[in-house]
Amino acid sequence: MPLIGGGAPLLLWAIISYSGAFANAFFPTPVQILQAGAKLLSDGVLIGDILASSGRVLFGFLAAAIVSIPIGLLMGTFHTMEGLFSPVVGSVRYMPVAAFVPLVMIWFGYDEPAKVLIVFLGIVLYNTTMIVDAVRKIPNEILNAAYTLGVSRPILLFQVIFPAALPSILDTMRTNIAGAWNFLILAEVIAAKQGLGFRIIQSQRYVDTDKVLFCICVIGLIGLLTDYALRKLAIALTPWSEHS
Amino acid sequence: MSLSLDFVNNPLAGRFWGSATSAMTELSLHPPGAAGSKFPAPPPPEELPDKLCVQKISKIFDYQSQPLTVLQDVDLSLKSNEFVCLVGASGCGKSTLLNIVAGLTAPTSGRILVDQEEVTGPGSDRGMVFQAYSLFPWLTVAKNIEFGLKLQKLSKRERRERIAYYLEVVGLSRFANAFPKQLSGGMKQRAAIARALANEPEVLLMDEPFGALDAQTKEQLQLFMREMWERTHTTILMVTHDVEEAIFLSSRVAVMEAHPGRIKESVEIELPEHRELEMKSEVSFIQLKRRITTMLGHG
Ligand SMILES: Nc1ncnc2c1ncn2[C@@H]1O[C@H](COP(=O)(O)OP(=O)(O)O)[C@@H](O)[C@H]1O
Ligand SMILES: [Mg+2]
Repeated sequence: MPLIGGGAPLLLWAIISYSGAFANAFFPTPVQILQAGAKLLSDGVLIGDILASSGRVLFGFLAAAIVSIPIGLLMGTFHTMEGLFSPVVGSVRYMPVAAFVPLVMIWFGYDEPAKVLIVFLGIVLYNTTMIVDAVRKIPNEILNAAYTLGVSRPILLFQVIFPAALPSILDTMRTNIAGAWNFLILAEVIAAKQGLGFRIIQSQRYVDTDKVLFCICVIGLIGLLTDYALRKLAIALTPWSEHS
Repeated sequence: MSLSLDFVNNPLAGRFWGSATSAMTELSLHPPGAAGSKFPAPPPPEELPDKLCVQKISKIFDYQSQPLTVLQDVDLSLKSNEFVCLVGASGCGKSTLLNIVAGLTAPTSGRILVDQEEVTGPGSDRGMVFQAYSLFPWLTVAKNIEFGLKLQKLSKRERRERIAYYLEVVGLSRFANAFPKQLSGGMKQRAAIARALANEPEVLLMDEPFGALDAQTKEQLQLFMREMWERTHTTILMVTHDVEEAIFLSSRVAVMEAHPGRIKESVEIELPEHRELEMKSEVSFIQLKRRITTMLGHG
């Protein structure tokens, strides 16, 4: 099934591109796309682009995880914490992060921290709200069982709520890393000297459609690999959970 | 350590008798209603103070911004070593009452006493077994049992002994290192019962613990539960909607009526101490069943 699911669009692409219905400059064949990739590699820019973009995503993603996991757990557990954070999380969540990009550039310049910050801002609130939900979905029976076994609040948080929510937290991370790539491209499109998003914009200027497509495919591939790695990580960290 | 299923020979067995004796000592020091008397007569066993006392418990919920009286002036007490089953129609407030006893829900009014002392929040003196989903899925069966023992700050050796003992009691020794997802429904409930028992609570509360099981597993667990009680004589308050189960297991059945929920009547179950599943088809059993079912029907 995955072969058909992945193969069918590729076949369709090949048929359209080889049919000559569109100029190859606009609609390159799969072989041309791969050749463009080889060119990027031999020019010595591809690896640098991949590393630059992946690094930004990684740091932004990790920072968002470090901030959102404790805040989400606290908000989900304690009503007082929810009262403290929810005005910010609730309202800012509906403001498009893309709109903040110029502001970030004005305040933090065009360097690495600004890009990492955009990735961070892009996903931190989603992470938090999803983790709050994960905590809320912990079955009451689990919490009540813990209470009748004699837990105190801190023990409940660290030894019950955290492990109980961990599978959902890992799921959240897996979902939101895709979002991290979206915001990274947004940041790189606006200002960068390196990176896959930058390469896409650069190639667009010269109508190197094949390079644009190649970079998009690379991002997709990195996404797949990350997803696979995070899934393996989830299985390793929570072998006790039901994994689909 | 050798694991014996004979409770009296078990090094951990002392607790149950230990607590009964300490209650007696306490009583002879402060006899209720006999203050000042120098030589209080030792009380006959049936006048032992109540292990658990539910006093005038009422609970009013907010239901669609209307007050909904779910429990009204519920009184119920359990003697030490008593196994009481609470039966009643679905929605009459059984779970609410049990949660109040466990300290998980606050009553609107009334008090809960354990060993004459008022309790408010939840505590390890009142262990609880739920209908399902209460095992910690991230811990193995042994670690689930150990969870409460660690909270009680038992030494590593004590914890190991208790885990081994209660795993043996519920017949799950071979599954000590299994995660809950690897167990069948019946095994999960046995593990949850072991976890609650290992904490050695003063009172064990159970809310329809066999309600989610198939008929055959349910009967097996009823038998297991009764045997367990015959050995340990833990004080148990169990909710069930299955009248047959209530009669088979308990020394007394408390029948609840609804709207508002209160205890309608208590029926002493005068069946032999040692119970077998075959008893369910005996005349005396069927008569009890008919009597209680009638009470429920006219609630
Ligand atoms: N948190 C709650 N808020 C409002 N009503 C509740 C709540 N919990 C239970 N009830 C109501 O109280 C009644 C008794 O519920 P419950 O104790 O679960 O009954 P039982 O266990 O006997 O089936 C039901 O009518 C139920 O709808
Ligand atoms: Mg119920």
